[in-house]
Amino acid sequence: MTRRAQTGWAFAGPALAMLTIFFFVPVLLAFLLSLTDFDLYALADFSDLRFVGFGNYSELFNTPLFWKALSNTFYFVIVGVPLSIGLSLGAALLLHGLTAKLAGFFRTALFAPVVTTLVAVAVIWRYLLHTRYGMINYGLESLGIDPVDWLGDPDWAMPAIIFFAVWKNFGYNMVILLAGLQTIPSDLYEAARIDGANRWQQFRHVTLPGLAPMLLLVSILTMAGYFQLFAEPYVMTQGGPVESTVSVLYFMYEQGFKWWNLGVASAVAFILFLIIFALTLIQYHFASKRGAA
Amino acid sequence: MRSSRRARFVHFLLLAVVAAFALFPLLWMLSVSLMAPGEASQFPPPMLPDKPGLSAYSSLFETTGITRYFLNSLLIATLGTALSLAFNTTAGYAFAKLRFTGRDRIFQLLLPALVIPAQVTMLPLFLMLKEIGLINSFAGVLVPVTASIFGIFLVRQYALSVPNELLEAARIDGASEWRIFLQIVLPTLTPIIITLALFTFLGVWNDFMWPLIILTDQEKYTLPVAIAALSREHVQDNELMMAGSVLTVLPVLLLFLVLQRYYMHGLMAGSVKG
Repeated sequence: MTRRAQTGWAFAGPALAMLTIFFFVPVLLAFLLSLTDFDLYALADFSDLRFVGFGNYSELFNTPLFWKALSNTFYFVIVGVPLSIGLSLGAALLLHGLTAKLAGFFRTALFAPVVTTLVAVAVIWRYLLHTRYGMINYGLESLGIDPVDWLGDPDWAMPAIIFFAVWKNFGYNMVILLAGLQTIPSDLYEAARIDGANRWQQFRHVTLPGLAPMLLLVSILTMAGYFQLFAEPYVMTQGGPVESTVSVLYFMYEQGFKWWNLGVASAVAFILFLIIFALTLIQYHFASKRGAA
Repeated sequence: MRSSRRARFVHFLLLAVVAAFALFPLLWMLSVSLMAPGEASQFPPPMLPDKPGLSAYSSLFETTGITRYFLNSLLIATLGTALSLAFNTTAGYAFAKLRFTGRDRIFQLLLPALVIPAQVTMLPLFLMLKEIGLINSFAGVLVPVTASIFGIFLVRQYALSVPNELLEAARIDGASEWRIFLQIVLPTLTPIIITLALFTFLGVWNDFMWPLIILTDQEKYTLPVAIAALSREHVQDNELMMAGSVLTVLPVLLLFLVLQRYYMHGLMAGSVKG
């Protein structure tokens, strides 16, 4: 090896070794683990470990709570992601027309929730959503609406968590979309106006196509993030009421670290990974067909 | 753009509504943390404390052991940041500027791995760390933080712009590769180092699931793990919980405000990675 090649490996080697040992190897092991009956007994003594093929997967497909966790998570993603991106886009449009100084101020304000600690703000929101003395029910009452048992009613717990999640992360995509808006040449709007396009038509035919690549990116990132729902139900509802907020990761955590069914939990993690991966590919394929990517 | 007065009014009204939506929970957290015990548990909920005081903070420090959790978080986030910088700046620079066998192929293999959610690795990683005795240790918390694909990518993109002539000139002068890295490359990488440090610090400080899994002993808890546990014990004690939230959120919020420019740079660089 030349001196330069040696240096290259000396500089990149440690990081690559760490990634291999503590990331790539565990990914492979996760798959192997999901093919075993690893449980509390195996944790004590590895010789109790048995290979069960896809037994954990078929067992999961016969577990009602797993299906419940999947459908809760899909609910969270399908409602939450469009809502979040919609608000991000709306906020980005509001910021776009402002002078640099004002835009900077509002951008910081709207972005603040993104950098906060999820667990700490979940505690705030649990209190805001409190049935008896929460600020949100107080606001509703002054509009003449009856109090809602947000986190205690199986129909409202997930919507409440979605509302919180949207608050927490809309600023992130807002910043990306704002940067996207700034790359759309203003003569395109000029030309559209000359052709007599109204504001909505300008938005529909200039803004949206111009933002398409960014929207694709933002929706993939947000979707992948929303599938990883965990801390919100852990802190706010502990999966309840009547399991209405058990997410896939919450289910994985309980299986793995509460009941020590590490084989089953690994199968859950792998299914989640495959879902995210498949949906990313589908979105990408769908968008590249329409020329966005 | 021409717009009528009414359109401008509506524009600012909407902005104000969105800003209130974003900031109200944070401001209210601060307000409630300054209330007297029990003051926040009434209807209608008070907006501002009757007599602002620090009683919630003093009972937080006296009864919950929060100082310990704060110091744990500070230590773990600081160590994690130092480790992340050590591993990722060297690797990022190597992928940008040093030629070695397999460099480009390895880099192309790293990028798609960004879609693998970290949670997939958590169960085997737990077992591996159990074998080497790192369960319930800060080292165990830090293991997945050290080298990151995102960090390597971030540094590499930036290091590509370091002029080759600068490096060649130093080599001709006989400087060792480490010396070139420390004395020439690192200073030019300063902005991206700040960005990476900020991302790592905030990421480790805010992280919840992995420390929750790996830390079994209460003495070792980080702030988020401790806050989650406290919030189950002190369900009714809103003032105390809000004080705990302030203490957790304030450091990262302040860091972000001071270094916002670097944060946004990292966010944009991260968002073009896909």
